[in-house]
Amino acid sequence: MELNQLTIREVHEKLQSGEISSLDLVNACIERIKKTDKKLHCFLATDFDNAIKQAKEVDKKIKKGGKLKILEGIPCGIKDLILTKGITTTASSKMLENYVPLFDATVIKRLKDNGAIILGKHNCDAWGHGGSTENSDYGPSHNPWDLERVPGGSSGGSAASTASDQVIYSLGTDTGGSIRCPASHCGCVGFKPTYGRVPRFGTIAMGSSLDTIGPIAKCVDDAAIILNIIAGLDPKDSTTLPKEVPDYTKMKDKGVKGLTIGLPKEAFGKGLQPEVKSLMQIAIRDLEKLGAKFKEVSLKYLDYGLACYYIIMPSEVSSNLGRYDGIRYGHQSKEADNLFEIYTKSRAEGFGAEAKRRIMIGTYVLSAGYYDAYYKKAMQVRTLIKEDFEKVLSEVDLILMPTSPRPAFKIGENVNDPLTMYLEDIYTVTINMAGVPAASIPCGFVNNLPVGMQLIAKQFGEEKIFQAAYAYEAINGWNRIKPKI
Amino acid sequence: MKLTKEEARLGRSQVEKIAKLSRLELTEQEKELYANQLTKVLDYVDKLKSVDTENVPITAQVTGLENVYRGDDIDQCDFQKDLINQSTENEDNLIKTKSVF
Repeated sequence: MELNQLTIREVHEKLQSGEISSLDLVNACIERIKKTDKKLHCFLATDFDNAIKQAKEVDKKIKKGGKLKILEGIPCGIKDLILTKGITTTASSKMLENYVPLFDATVIKRLKDNGAIILGKHNCDAWGHGGSTENSDYGPSHNPWDLERVPGGSSGGSAASTASDQVIYSLGTDTGGSIRCPASHCGCVGFKPTYGRVPRFGTIAMGSSLDTIGPIAKCVDDAAIILNIIAGLDPKDSTTLPKEVPDYTKMKDKGVKGLTIGLPKEAFGKGLQPEVKSLMQIAIRDLEKLGAKFKEVSLKYLDYGLACYYIIMPSEVSSNLGRYDGIRYGHQSKEADNLFEIYTKSRAEGFGAEAKRRIMIGTYVLSAGYYDAYYKKAMQVRTLIKEDFEKVLSEVDLILMPTSPRPAFKIGENVNDPLTMYLEDIYTVTINMAGVPAASIPCGFVNNLPVGMQLIAKQFGEEKIFQAAYAYEAINGWNRIKPKI
Repeated sequence: MKLTKEEARLGRSQVEKIAKLSRLELTEQEKELYANQLTKVLDYVDKLKSVDTENVPITAQVTGLENVYRGDDIDQCDFQKDLINQSTENEDNLIKTKSVF
């Protein structure tokens, strides 16, 4: 096995024992990126020189017999929505083409405090708007399992890069499925934590009441290691909670005996591809064999989640993207003759089509005369969705359902029809409305394309997701099957 | 599917109004495209109308936090110059732009 194919814990142990060096590992990843990224287009910016410098320092420390922190000397990639001091961060938008952050996001600071080496920034749908990376202003990333297909999105570059072993792990963001969808389409473990579990400070805002940050990893254990590090209260994000962060890796050998898992009947009906449904049924049987009990449940409002999301999210998007005025930072039009034109022309030139659509939908539903009919109504339905999850998750420990209705689609297949594209998010957006944690775990292949299943827990119930995911992964190992690229 | 002018909920003039509120300059082609696409999205989200929400409170903060306070402490910022330099035009540590009036 190549060095860059290893997991965090494997690498950590080999580094500490002196079996491998950080420099060899970093070079293996850089070689892999150089060899594959012309085809995959996962990276928008790289920082190889610094990475090599850091690796050499780590190797000196190992030689001196120093004890390594869990991420020390291990290379990763970061979604371009998360600010990294000194490394260009564009949100995959032309608006921020030359933006170099002056500070690190809290999650980056926490990774660095634990020794992480950042290789570069991962392509995504611009501003996180999309489920395929086709909305990136710099062109789409490609799925390593089939280069003609999308990797999912919006954190598609991160998932494709992790799946193809360009990096050991990556960080993504999830507002309506942007960690789970690409993890499912690329065969990674993607973990979206409870809203407020991981600080958003320094992450470019999309929908502030929905945004979360989490790991896209090669195995459940790696996701647990990362979440251990990035979770927890941050004075700079007042929506983080002062709740203790448990050690998620302790869930490893707990098993699933005694867990009851709910299967929402609304998620297994119309619209779900039969082959994907079969894989869910096999996963359910596997978990049953391990001792989990299953029960049919009903999420009455699941069907309304998407409509609700496509009011609340664009409302927040239109507000958050209001700060791009062409003046303080970001793109400024050269054609403007007055202040109003600085705004309108800079924004017309800097934003792509999807950002414009969402800004306009949000502006419309928030405008005088429409607020009650759209925004207020959606926030009321959000209450019903949240209560729906609370009720079901008081009866069962976890909910299991597909991450996506079908495997990755072909690049270009949906681009002319935004609504059809939105429908790909049907199983993921509702989870963000309820604020609950959910992970996508690889559970097999349809025509050589990976498929993920979603495990969902109540707010701050991440441990139970890990408990089931660890147990399931241990008897399957779908995540160990690698794309041939 | 392309909607005719009569079918589209958002006509060209409404798209122009929203674009102005959004501070976005649109081409004629964009106006027509967005009138069609936004109408389809609005038609889809109309399904919320069938949900009974009488006396249902709104959810804006999903974990139930309220009024999180912190001390109004002054912190040093050591990169003021660099921040100003992120603007396209600046002079004497000030950001330059067109006049408001």
